[in-house]
Amino acid sequence: MPVMKIKKFSFTYSGVEHPSLKSITLPIEKNKITALIGPSGCGKSTLLRSMNRIHDLYPGNKYDGKIELLDFETGKYQNILEIKKENEFIELRQKVGMIFQKPTPFPMSIFDNVAYGLKIAGIKNKSELQDRVEAALKGSALWKEVHDRLDKSAMGLSGGQQQRLCIARAVAVKPEVLLFDEPTSALDPISTGAIEELIVELKKDVSIAIVTHNMQQASRISDYTAFMYLGDLIEYDKTENIFLNPKEKQTEDYITGRFG
Amino acid sequence: MRLLINKIFLALSILSAGVGLAFLAWILITLFMKGLSSFHFSLFLNDLIEGGLRNLIVGQMILAGLASLIGIPLGMTAGIYIQEYGQGRYAALIRDLSDIMMSAPSIVIGAFVYAIVVVPMGGTSGFAGAIALAIMMIPVVINTTDSMLSLVPRELREAGIALGASKYKVIIDIVIKAAKVGIMTGILLAFARIIGETAPLLFTSETSNYFSLNLGESFPSLTVSIYDLANEPEESSRDLAWAASFILTVLVLIINLTGRFITRNKK
Amino acid sequence: MEKIFQKLSLSSATLVFVLLIGIFITLYSAAKPAIDEFGLHFIINPDWNKEIVVETPSLRADTVANDAEDDAIADEDDMILDEDDDEMLLDDEDDTVTKTIYGGLVPIVGTLLTTIIALTFALPIAMGIAVFLAEIAPKNISYVVGIAIELLAAIPSIIFGMWGLYYFAPIVADLVGGYQVSLLTAGLVLGVMILPFMAAITRDSMNTTPAVLKESAYALGATKFEVIKDIIFPYSKVGIIGSIILALGRALGETMAVAFLIGSIFVLPKAINDPTISIPVAMANNFGEASGLGESALFYLALILFIISFAVISLAKFYFLKKAK
Repeated sequence: MPVMKIKKFSFTYSGVEHPSLKSITLPIEKNKITALIGPSGCGKSTLLRSMNRIHDLYPGNKYDGKIELLDFETGKYQNILEIKKENEFIELRQKVGMIFQKPTPFPMSIFDNVAYGLKIAGIKNKSELQDRVEAALKGSALWKEVHDRLDKSAMGLSGGQQQRLCIARAVAVKPEVLLFDEPTSALDPISTGAIEELIVELKKDVSIAIVTHNMQQASRISDYTAFMYLGDLIEYDKTENIFLNPKEKQTEDYITGRFG
Repeated sequence: MRLLINKIFLALSILSAGVGLAFLAWILITLFMKGLSSFHFSLFLNDLIEGGLRNLIVGQMILAGLASLIGIPLGMTAGIYIQEYGQGRYAALIRDLSDIMMSAPSIVIGAFVYAIVVVPMGGTSGFAGAIALAIMMIPVVINTTDSMLSLVPRELREAGIALGASKYKVIIDIVIKAAKVGIMTGILLAFARIIGETAPLLFTSETSNYFSLNLGESFPSLTVSIYDLANEPEESSRDLAWAASFILTVLVLIINLTGRFITRNKK
Repeated sequence: MEKIFQKLSLSSATLVFVLLIGIFITLYSAAKPAIDEFGLHFIINPDWNKEIVVETPSLRADTVANDAEDDAIADEDDMILDEDDDEMLLDDEDDTVTKTIYGGLVPIVGTLLTTIIALTFALPIAMGIAVFLAEIAPKNISYVVGIAIELLAAIPSIIFGMWGLYYFAPIVADLVGGYQVSLLTAGLVLGVMILPFMAAITRDSMNTTPAVLKESAYALGATKFEVIKDIIFPYSKVGIIGSIILALGRALGETMAVAFLIGSIFVLPKAINDPTISIPVAMANNFGEASGLGESALFYLALILFIISFAVISLAKFYFLKKAK
């Protein structure tokens, strides 16, 4: 059962005439990793950023179609494009977390970074905060490296550590879906390896959508792959099918490196 | 609860922005109402002694112009030194000192020039006023030049050097040209700033009721005269002060907008 | 050619150094007579331009000098005698001299208090404007209002002073009572004057917060207030504090916005709506007439102001530098 169902979704940026995404229909499967690939400007990041409506920080964009999110409690789907109220936005973003291209440690200590989402979600109990921060840091394979300096500024960590910290911060609030926007493009190969391992590990608990321009990465870690081109979804299938046996010519050209 | 706090905070912020803007609008409206009602084109034709402002406007322009003639070359070359030649501590020190000087109280600059120029020369003079304004201007020009040159990509300099040009040639022909618009804007803003200054002129140039081009004597200054006129008991003097303030403000705003316009057009 | 150009630019740069040192030395040497005469006691002495009577110990040695002085004093006292001053007459009989003393306490206190009032008034409003511009207003409104604010920062301060005296002060005096020219009105007008400057540079500092950092906080479900409080303020804290200190430095040294409103009397204010004087205004209004020790005392004040603002601005710089590393 998909955790998210994107249906005939179109998106137009503020002040632009033509839509950047054209009638995309795509499921995000539960506890699987779905990779969005395609050449620069194909709309993969735009799609990802629609999935928790982070676009709405900048007014004037136009949505069309539906993006439905599964409510784990009721088992029903809710169209997140209908969200208008601030508290619903907050709820959505707590359910659908996001990791960005560059690490985004907040200007506070390591502990406070991870605890931040929990605190704003209303958790005040100290021991509970500590437990969940520890769990999140362990879950992101960062605990060993930072447990003795939790009160130090997060700015002192290396790039790879910072990115894992951001993952821990997102994981700590126990989201249903995590969106990764090229999470390793600013990192060295070793840190990239660690993050990839971590993402695969995470799918036990959370459903994942990842934008990547690195096809090896998509083939290594994802279960499903969507290939996008110029705002269209060209092909969506199991990852092995996309890479070994693509149905569309464009997909084949792209993964064999003939363009993009 | 969180949402309520959020709402209250945003409302407070908008409210305070409203209050602040209302104050500033109040000042501008006052200035334009009072200024326009006292404004007449004959103000440009008569000198203060005849109830006009001609000598003051010309005098203020000459003071600021002369200050620019002194301040711009000195400021620019110093800025070039900091950005292009200076290495390490000395350039950093000059940069810091210049920043500090930029915020030095203008009246203190006036007192300084009084001590080194007015006292030895035996009296206030347009020359002293221009020097005081030039000292105000130099750090601003340094700051602009320094930061605008720092935006010029390194490759551009290297490309010039690689063609066999000497360093100063590269600086003058390539780097300055590349940063020209930014530097010009900065200089215009610096000019706008000094033309509205009063404090450094109070006891350097003082002011004069008569038209004068003689920089060796007390020199007509629009701002200093505004201060004098505004403190006169007669309504007519005060009206003249408002008209003068209006003209001064319009002048400053035009220079500012021109600066912005140049930068925007370039972008 | 290369060498000449390099030397030229070096000497221009050095000029800054020379000027700054020159200002220090000039102010110090011009203030020297007053410094010698009053020492550091100047800072805590509230009397400005006050004739005081100095008991001269009965000296037998330097009679010549005393005679000369006594003559001068006798002349002065004759004049005062006309005004029926018995005490001075007595003093004269007791073989005394008078001298004029200058103390800087009143203008120093006036400067600090007007600055404090200005900051108290301007800080919350400037923060409000900055937050509004950086985070709340739609882009086009923020752009237009932002330009308006920057232009207002460029308006000559003398205009703020005039407006303050003729339009703002009467209203304040009606509301709070007291004089129209006072510490309070001077401080408030000073606050209005630094408002646009403070708002503009605070907004610039806030705008340095990377968008992606804000996005990741929103992506965790933070409200706008929480993003501002927990992300933007901590991130741009250094810049904001620096901006505030720079505005403080500007307020300390401001002459014209204050000159119209502070009242220009050398009396310590007993209430917030009493008139007093600040260092720049003391200089602006008394420099022309002063001579001798009085002028030197004004230079002493100028030196104090210069040192205070130098320290304040250096603090801002130092803070920036330390944090930037």
